[in-house]
Amino acid sequence: MDNVDDSSVITREGLQCLLDALAERGYTVVGPTVRDEAIVYEELARIEALPAGWTDEQDGGHYRLKRRSDEALFGYAVGPHSWKRFLHPPKVSLWQATRHENELRFVPARDEPPRYAFIGVRACELAAIGIQDRVLMGDEYADPHYRSRREEAFLVALNCSEAGGTCFCDSMATGPDVKEGYDLVLTELLDDDNHLFLIRSGSEEGAEILAELPREPATETHQAAATAVVEKTRSQMGRSMPQIAIPALLMDNLEHPRWDEVADRCLSCSNCTMVCPTCFCTTVEDTSDLEGVTAERSRRWDSCFTSDFSYIHGGSVRNSTRSRYRQWMTHKLATWVDQFGTSGCVGCGRCITWCPVGIDITEEVRAIHDDVSSRDKE
Amino acid sequence: MSGDLMIPEPVRVLRRQQELATTWTLELESGPAGHRPFLPGQFNMLYIFGVGEVPISLSGDAGQTETLSHTVRAVGPVSNKLAALKPMDTVGLRGPFGVGWPMTAGEGADLLIVAGGLGLAPLRPAIYHVLRHRERYGRVILLYGTRSPDDILYAGQLEEWSKRPDVEVHITVDHAGGDWPGKIGVVPSLVPALDFDPEDAVAMVCGPEIMMRFTVNALRDAGVEDESIYLSMERNMKCALGHCGHCQFGSTFVCKDGPVLSFDRVRGLLSLKEF
Amino acid sequence: MKNIAQIVCEHPFFHGLDGEFCDLVCGCARNVRFNPGDYLFHEGGDADYLYLIRYGQVTLEIAVPGKPSVRFQTLHDGDLVGVSWVLPPYHWAYDARAITLTRAIAMDARCLRKKCDDDPVLGYDVLKRVLPILTSRLHATQMQILDVYGAPEQPE
Repeated sequence: MDNVDDSSVITREGLQCLLDALAERGYTVVGPTVRDEAIVYEELARIEALPAGWTDEQDGGHYRLKRRSDEALFGYAVGPHSWKRFLHPPKVSLWQATRHENELRFVPARDEPPRYAFIGVRACELAAIGIQDRVLMGDEYADPHYRSRREEAFLVALNCSEAGGTCFCDSMATGPDVKEGYDLVLTELLDDDNHLFLIRSGSEEGAEILAELPREPATETHQAAATAVVEKTRSQMGRSMPQIAIPALLMDNLEHPRWDEVADRCLSCSNCTMVCPTCFCTTVEDTSDLEGVTAERSRRWDSCFTSDFSYIHGGSVRNSTRSRYRQWMTHKLATWVDQFGTSGCVGCGRCITWCPVGIDITEEVRAIHDDVSSRDKE
Repeated sequence: MSGDLMIPEPVRVLRRQQELATTWTLELESGPAGHRPFLPGQFNMLYIFGVGEVPISLSGDAGQTETLSHTVRAVGPVSNKLAALKPMDTVGLRGPFGVGWPMTAGEGADLLIVAGGLGLAPLRPAIYHVLRHRERYGRVILLYGTRSPDDILYAGQLEEWSKRPDVEVHITVDHAGGDWPGKIGVVPSLVPALDFDPEDAVAMVCGPEIMMRFTVNALRDAGVEDESIYLSMERNMKCALGHCGHCQFGSTFVCKDGPVLSFDRVRGLLSLKEF
Repeated sequence: MKNIAQIVCEHPFFHGLDGEFCDLVCGCARNVRFNPGDYLFHEGGDADYLYLIRYGQVTLEIAVPGKPSVRFQTLHDGDLVGVSWVLPPYHWAYDARAITLTRAIAMDARCLRKKCDDDPVLGYDVLKRVLPILTSRLHATQMQILDVYGAPEQPE
């Protein structure tokens, strides 16, 4: 596939044709739209549902939608949703059990998941999906619920044309340009005269669909414009992760006073883990009817910031906010590398934006690093 | 592995035997397939209808596959129900899961099997294995510590093993009344008097985390290498597949990388408060 | 038959002691034997002797009003019984009782202390043999206080 360059340009109408083509192939098309003053991911049929002319202003604990001066469809960074809510949903029924006399029967929950097509998957989000692939289907224990959604999903990726105030994908080497793992990739090209999308396939199915769309071959001018878009985005990153050996820094400083400082601010609310596109933790819930005949087990997102999370008989292993923040951050940035071969952070900035007190993971790393290196110099 | 590993299989309770005041051993059928092999140190997830599921170590002989033994202390909603099961009752079972004791890595070496309290249960399959293949191992030293003489798990079997010429059994209790003829003191303090070659020893340790920490210190002081000390860790577990995240401990998921981990993998973290 | 010097110097407590020192401390030693139930010493008594067990089992215990004594440690072949003889005011802090036939070396504590005072090198050597026993007893006590095998306070 890689040797076929079917780079083309399509118009807004062409984009609608893409949504139609996907729907026609049985996909449930999901993409960005404005709801409750935020850009979220929902089912889409028409491109009119896309957040045309909107952008977002993001900072620590701060998110506001603003009007743009143009009608860009993808002129914003990522919002509170990530694709994990579709691939690894917040709640999944695992099975039902029935009891009759002493007989127990377990029946798998037959929820046939939709075949999803995602529109506008950013480079950081593709990286996040790659990470969850390793966590949830990377070995012989593959999670069937995740796998059935993931293997059927059609990914329309997007080269970012706008970096948010909390974005730092460039310093995590995950973006802003899309590299691999997509079916189609778009770059929005917008100037005073034209509103076009450079599009290219990354899979056979992507190529088939692209071939059906009304399109023009991409010219060198289009390619250059697309490169310029990405490079401009790269230069606008609101944050950056220090370029140091973070796993060693954190694991060598598990008793650093900075953990106490951040714990003074952290509310243990678990927002960061909910918005994080790679956080995968879940718990199970058991329910039964009043007659004791049927019972159900479901799985829902959980967070290492809750007190129940580390409960073993006798109490929670991690009672303090300090220990929970340390657990989250050391897993995300350090032990994740040992477990899965990459950092658990993709630099999307959601945890910074959606933290009610604006705790900034890049700043926390920098603070420990600066303190340790200043002491080393003494 | 295949299929949905989150779905339990219904299995019947065959026998229930009281071990201690609040501790019972359940013997379960090995599933309708009648065959569910396991390795010493592995665990199953046991589900009580409508109440919940808990990880419980296999405590029986892995050399026979007809039944599965689990020794359960009644401490919470699920384990209380488990401990109260009667023959012919049904529970949900998933497993076996996890990495067990270093039965192969320990071959040719002297074995120090160190158990505290109910920690003897996950080690019992290792002991069965060693006795079944006694010629593969050097000295076999079993150290067992518990709270009081009334809290000695598998007391009859310990007595039998201590009669064997090829097993050295040392039992010690924290407190005892006047009629206890045995040792009083803590398990780690038994280590210095053992007179063994630390270079040639493999230690398997299971018990409350504090007991394991103190025991590891004594073993290291005696010269045993970190790589030769194995612990069975306990953490919150919901899935046993490395997916739910609850049992993540440093660079490991206790459920699938453990529960048995060599000390060099948890060094520095075990004594770290709230890690 | 071994003489008392051999017996003392081969006991683990004095293992590796310099030959001259060995002769010195032997002057304070004699063989003793306790039948099951015999007390080696009682709480509050003067710590006039220390005992090096050669064979047998001794329990350390504290009397509790209205209840059986609390036994908190047993000592065996090669162990030292009693540490209160090292530091003033030289009073035993608990009872020590033989629970099996016990053969031991009894060392006159005044005699040993005098020799240690006269030769600080010997005194330091002896102290270095006592201190690890004290610290390991302290650690064991910590672990016993934690009651690590006790039932969890809260359910699962």
